[in-house]
Amino acid sequence: MDPQHLNLIYLIIAAAVATFLTRVGGYILITQMKEIPPRLEAALNAVPAAVLTTLVAPAFVYGGLDVTVAMFVAFAIALGLNLSTLRMLVIGWVVVMVIRHLVM
Amino acid sequence: MTKDDFWEGVRGGFPIMLAASPFGALFGALAVDNGFTIADAVFMSATVYAGASQMVGIELFGNHVQPWLVVLSVFAVNFRHVLYSASIAKYVRHFTLGQKFLAFFLLVDPQYAETEKRGERGLPITFSWYLGFGLIIYVPWIINTLAGAVFGQLIGDPKAIGLDVLLPVYFMGLVMGFRKRDRFLPIVTVSGLASIAGMHFVGSPWHVSIGALAGIVLAALLPPSNQAPAPTGVEKEA
Repeated sequence: MDPQHLNLIYLIIAAAVATFLTRVGGYILITQMKEIPPRLEAALNAVPAAVLTTLVAPAFVYGGLDVTVAMFVAFAIALGLNLSTLRMLVIGWVVVMVIRHLVM
Repeated sequence: MTKDDFWEGVRGGFPIMLAASPFGALFGALAVDNGFTIADAVFMSATVYAGASQMVGIELFGNHVQPWLVVLSVFAVNFRHVLYSASIAKYVRHFTLGQKFLAFFLLVDPQYAETEKRGERGLPITFSWYLGFGLIIYVPWIINTLAGAVFGQLIGDPKAIGLDVLLPVYFMGLVMGFRKRDRFLPIVTVSGLASIAGMHFVGSPWHVSIGALAGIVLAALLPPSNQAPAPTGVEKEA
């Protein structure tokens, strides 16, 4: 195996260990810890939305007009109708395919 | 250990397995598109087994983000599991050490929700039930990843069939799942603007850490509110 591919294997193993730690961590913590400081809790609580947003916003701005339109339409319809992520994916995909193959 | 409990778990997990299947296949296809081999994709599904964080992982890997940041992001996206394992502690205390190990490995969102629901109703949480529920989601997750990865390898240009739009829309769906949380709008606005600025002035992949840090620091600095944090809505599908 070439070293670069080996690095990916290590990366996946590290990700698996990190994930397992989150899944076992609460059980261990609840039997040890008394209280989490409120600011730390607020920061931890913000982590997923803050990380995930950085994967969305640049694609929206720099992904090209077709991607921007598809994301906007999927967002608006999913928010308005309270759709599942899967339905939202289908809408985004349909819009981008229509733009790419029928409009442009 | 009873057979009946096991099959009751399998039946309970079946609809969730169906709902998660497209995401398993999507992960496989996009992983290959981001430079994974088929075996890499299957390996990741079998070991990490956390859909949203797997998507984040391949996206960052495809963008050549530093490995430590990839692992940290996976950790961050999965951080909610700390709350899950703390919350179900009272129901799994009677498991043996080996059973606990396996149970926590399989602790995905629906597994948590179902265990909590069952415990609240006063129904027994046996290891057999837990395992049946977990395996009917875990095993097809791997098979679907394999199917998606094989399919992904057959595709020449992912843009022509619109694959490239799926990850951003998927992440957008995950972000929207958090909209009931405390101070969602300021955090998302600041993270979004900071990541765009980071992309523009510093470049990828630094926009990820810059944007994330901006939102997290803001959350820590804002005056504490008395509203209890809403339960996470992320990754209901896997």
